[in-house]
Amino acid sequence: MSAPTRVLGQPRAGSSSRALLVAAPIAALLAVVPLVVPPYGAILLAYGLVMAIGALGFNLLLGYTGLLSFGHSAYFGVGAYSVALMVKYLRVGSMELFLLGAIVGSVIVTAVFGIVCVRYTRIFFGILTLALSQVLWSLAFKFFWVTGGTDGLRVPTPSLFGGLVTGAGDKTVFMSHAYYYYVLILFGACVALMWVIVNSPFGMALQAIRDNETRAEFVGVRIWRYRWVAFLVSGVFTGLAGALWVPLNGLTTPDIMHWTFSGELVFMTVLGGFRSFAGPVVGAIVFNYLKTYAVGYTVYWQLVLGVVLVTLVLSLPTGIVGSAEKLLARFQRSRP
Amino acid sequence: MSLLVTKDLVKWFGDTHAVDHVDFSVKPSEVLALIGSNGAGKTTLVNLISGLIRPDGGRILFRDRDVTHQSVHGRIKAGIARSFQLVNLFDQLTALDNVALTIFSREGKTTHLATFASADSAVWDEASEILRLFGLEAKARMLAGGVSQGERKLLDVAVAYALRPKLLFLDEPTSGVSTREKAPIMDTITSVVRSTGISAAIIEHDMDVVFNYSDRIVAMHQGTILADGTPDEIRRNETVITTLIGTTGAP
Repeated sequence: MSAPTRVLGQPRAGSSSRALLVAAPIAALLAVVPLVVPPYGAILLAYGLVMAIGALGFNLLLGYTGLLSFGHSAYFGVGAYSVALMVKYLRVGSMELFLLGAIVGSVIVTAVFGIVCVRYTRIFFGILTLALSQVLWSLAFKFFWVTGGTDGLRVPTPSLFGGLVTGAGDKTVFMSHAYYYYVLILFGACVALMWVIVNSPFGMALQAIRDNETRAEFVGVRIWRYRWVAFLVSGVFTGLAGALWVPLNGLTTPDIMHWTFSGELVFMTVLGGFRSFAGPVVGAIVFNYLKTYAVGYTVYWQLVLGVVLVTLVLSLPTGIVGSAEKLLARFQRSRP
Repeated sequence: MSLLVTKDLVKWFGDTHAVDHVDFSVKPSEVLALIGSNGAGKTTLVNLISGLIRPDGGRILFRDRDVTHQSVHGRIKAGIARSFQLVNLFDQLTALDNVALTIFSREGKTTHLATFASADSAVWDEASEILRLFGLEAKARMLAGGVSQGERKLLDVAVAYALRPKLLFLDEPTSGVSTREKAPIMDTITSVVRSTGISAAIIEHDMDVVFNYSDRIVAMHQGTILADGTPDEIRRNETVITTLIGTTGAP
């Protein structure tokens, strides 16, 4: 039996073209969703795509750098509150300005938190990220004259593409069509950007740090610096997801900064499979449906999610995508 | 004229003098063997020179520049590279990826986020060439964690070599491999080292390897240098024979 092989960065016949071949039909399918499903279905999928952006960012740390953050709710919350505070204090209604504000906000917060966290690994890193996110949660909770406290802050329907598309009229139609496509475009851009990052020399360096920190240092990789940049990129992706989420939800409250929301991001990523690029995306979308329907059917929805997570970890440790890849490989081997 | 000099180098671990006022040197283009029993201070000395640990006293001069307080990164830039006693590779990456990543790092390209690593054909060509030099071209696409122990040892050296160092420290490059594999591994390593004119300092316990492949031998004992000389001089050194080799017969 030959040893396992895995080709990461070296030249190979059209790895990106193969990814495009997979992505193109999925993109086409996602593009027709608002035309063929009821508005609620499209809005639900828009939530899933937004979470997928957040999970994609989260997995740059977990899957590619080997750092498990329990504090990504902080950056999601920073994105969402940046938008809400721009509405409250600057009377801004443009989605592009919201995104800009969310990126600036999450860069600042992630840069500072990253300096504190990236010197540590394993449980110390996890606890530090959790503790810092809880600091932001308590600020959002207690500074009610700024953040609205538990009532949160409302965010009206934004205008898109520099005011070319406005939210006047039926909000459901706007969210299930114009806003859905807006989210889809940004989702596509984020997936493409993350694909480039993880396949860049920088992405290889992150995987080297994940595999063997000491050796990475002895081939000249500056560990803390690379971890910090990964932390920053990861936080900004999650912040962007927060900014896209808040107009969909119409309201932001401190709940999204609570550590339990960080746990949901971990859940999504493990569900899809953190060892594969597409895993967090699939996991986020599936989790979103799972949670929505579990909440709709039973008050014990957390029990349902808990059972799913335990079953998953025990029976499919590589997640949905990892297991699908294994099945596909087995099928290909069994073919004559 | 020495490539590397340590002056009065000291490292304590509690009450133990792991390295005790050591004056050590490596000359350009030589293959030096560092011998001694377990706990003699060989690996500690290499750890101090490579920057893994900090000395409690003394100085390290590399190409006449004081690198005592330089970071690991600074020493790599200066031209010092090392392999490890316990093989230290990126096991989830292929053999070719291991070497290519090192080249990307050497060239300062690991800061590039927005370019595909696969597009840089010069790096991959060089990585393939290095694997060929070490006889590992057939293993290029295998995970580093999936190749044999002897091949892992060679890959460990190939990764360090990919930094294009001027001085290469190899910590027991033949430990954990069969007797039959030792000579081919050392033949490959010394052939690459000698053909490129770099210096190598090899920590080794196998006296056949030490006497067959080195130009000079430094013997350490209890944190100090016991003897320093050519293989013939060390063969005839009674102190070394009684303290380290354990027999009065020439090895």
